[in-house]
Amino acid sequence: MSRVDLEHVSKRYAAVAALHDVSLSFRDGEFFGLLGPSGSGKTTLLRAIAGFVEPDEGSISFDGRRVENVPVHKRQIGMVFQNYALFPNLTVAANIAFGLSVRRVTGAEAGRQVSEMLELVRLTGLNERKPRELSGGQQQRVALARALVTRPKVLLLDEPLGALDRRLRQEMQVELKDIQRETGVTTIFVTHDQEEALTLSDRIAIIDQGRLMQMGQPREIYERPATIFAAQFLGDANIFTGKRENDVLILPGGERIHAPGTAATVVVRPEKMRVFAASRAVPDEASNRIEGHITQAVYSGASVTYHIRVAWRVDRPLLVFAQNLKGEVLTPETSVTVAWSPEHTVPVET
Amino acid sequence: MARHITSVLARLYLALILVFLYLPIVIMMTMAFNTSPLYEFPFEFNLIWFKALISNERLLLSSLNSLMIALANTLVATVLGTMAALGLNRYEFRARPLLELLLLPPITIPWLIIGVSMLIFFYWTGIGRGLHSILLGHVALSLPYVIIVVGTRLKTYGPTLEEAAATLGAKPSQAFWRVTFPVLAPSIMAAALFAFAVSFDQFVISYFLAPPGVSTLPVEIYTSIRKGFTPEINAISTLIILVSMGIMLVVARYYRFGGER
Repeated sequence: MSRVDLEHVSKRYAAVAALHDVSLSFRDGEFFGLLGPSGSGKTTLLRAIAGFVEPDEGSISFDGRRVENVPVHKRQIGMVFQNYALFPNLTVAANIAFGLSVRRVTGAEAGRQVSEMLELVRLTGLNERKPRELSGGQQQRVALARALVTRPKVLLLDEPLGALDRRLRQEMQVELKDIQRETGVTTIFVTHDQEEALTLSDRIAIIDQGRLMQMGQPREIYERPATIFAAQFLGDANIFTGKRENDVLILPGGERIHAPGTAATVVVRPEKMRVFAASRAVPDEASNRIEGHITQAVYSGASVTYHIRVAWRVDRPLLVFAQNLKGEVLTPETSVTVAWSPEHTVPVET
Repeated sequence: MARHITSVLARLYLALILVFLYLPIVIMMTMAFNTSPLYEFPFEFNLIWFKALISNERLLLSSLNSLMIALANTLVATVLGTMAALGLNRYEFRARPLLELLLLPPITIPWLIIGVSMLIFFYWTGIGRGLHSILLGHVALSLPYVIIVVGTRLKTYGPTLEEAAATLGAKPSQAFWRVTFPVLAPSIMAAALFAFAVSFDQFVISYFLAPPGVSTLPVEIYTSIRKGFTPEINAISTLIILVSMGIMLVVARYYRFGGER
């Protein structure tokens, strides 16, 4: 259990910058999500921490000790690979015991630790199975147990749940979080799944084109995205650009939007907006308003997604997630007022 | 009705293929146990030709040569070929696509042509003819088979198993011997049996590279047929067929062609 610090880490492949001046600190015992689209450099970053990728510049340290020149097998890490990389010729127990046996821990002591791990990942009784006889979720757990049995300083997960189906993924998310909390190991995981990142992480870093775009707690990043990229990558966002007049943004259609800050572009999350069929019903605090009409209403039980066409931005309908409070759905072609509060109007960099 | 005819024709076709492939072999093996040296019926079971074979020193000596060369070839070609497959799989270098492409021609170029060119080359370089040059020729010939068989298996696993071993604290040598080698073992076994079969059945190249007085089993069989056919040839051929088929069955057991076990 350790803290991990990256300072000014850069890596180039041929002419392409895979990582560009990334500085990040992972706290002791933290569950940290690296989120980014494919090709963003997030996996390169994870592999640099593991030792498979040597940075061209910058430093990586575990508990203040530099590790750039420490080979992978001496870094005392645990890693779960995307396809699990279980040893196909070994049983479940032997897979888990592998890290112990290269450290010359064998016999009863190894057996005890393997059982402990099997219990932790709830696979007791499957010791003698071969990996190919296990389901995807079980293989995932074996990989986790194998990585944890050596008590690594840091646990690295590469798209850990990517190969599982949706339902199993949700189960494993909860379990992964529990296991991490129980062991207290500093965990860094890579994902392109925003929901996974939000659910699991204590903190998230958003990576794009080899650069660190934003870092913070899930709530901070979701509620206060710093850039359009962060706003769109993590969740959905309605984006408005207009002319600044102090605290007011004047949109192309003439609407005056109250938006603190100085940026000419603001984003509003779809669930922060409300739709009203009659403008007199709009409460006072929802003082930012736009007129439009519904083009599509997607009913999904607990909520309704409205696509709302605004005259001056036909190509980009507004997206509104309405909670299904009354069991009614507004029909397409209804003229509506979309309203939201100024505090949910977030200025962003373009 | 039409479907019925098609299915009958298909069966007939299959039967014909099997007959043309196996009937000559079955006849030869039968005749090895027949008393008459002239392929005459009625069939009378007898082991005289096997007894004659045991006292035929030339055939036995050449069998021993064949066996020794095949075993040496298996060892050398399997070790070198596995190393080559690992190198080709693991390292990215400019000549790699070319090298991988160059593996295939030795399999397709007629053995006659390879044999002639080897003879000229060995003569010219002073390596000369003899069992040593036969061995060299066989190794060169069986290497591509080994590299392709082992390389295919390597490709299905990729580098992640060794990476996983490294994250668990295994040194590169430990990762190889504890993970990569056991995973490759079935394909290395299959490659070794291929190498053995390529060498043991090899006639053309051995024929060109064998100096007078030295021969391998296939070469000796050819020479004796030219001098006058005796059913001892049937007897030794029967033994070779049984050994070869046995090897192929073992290969099939360890190595599923074209697919992953």
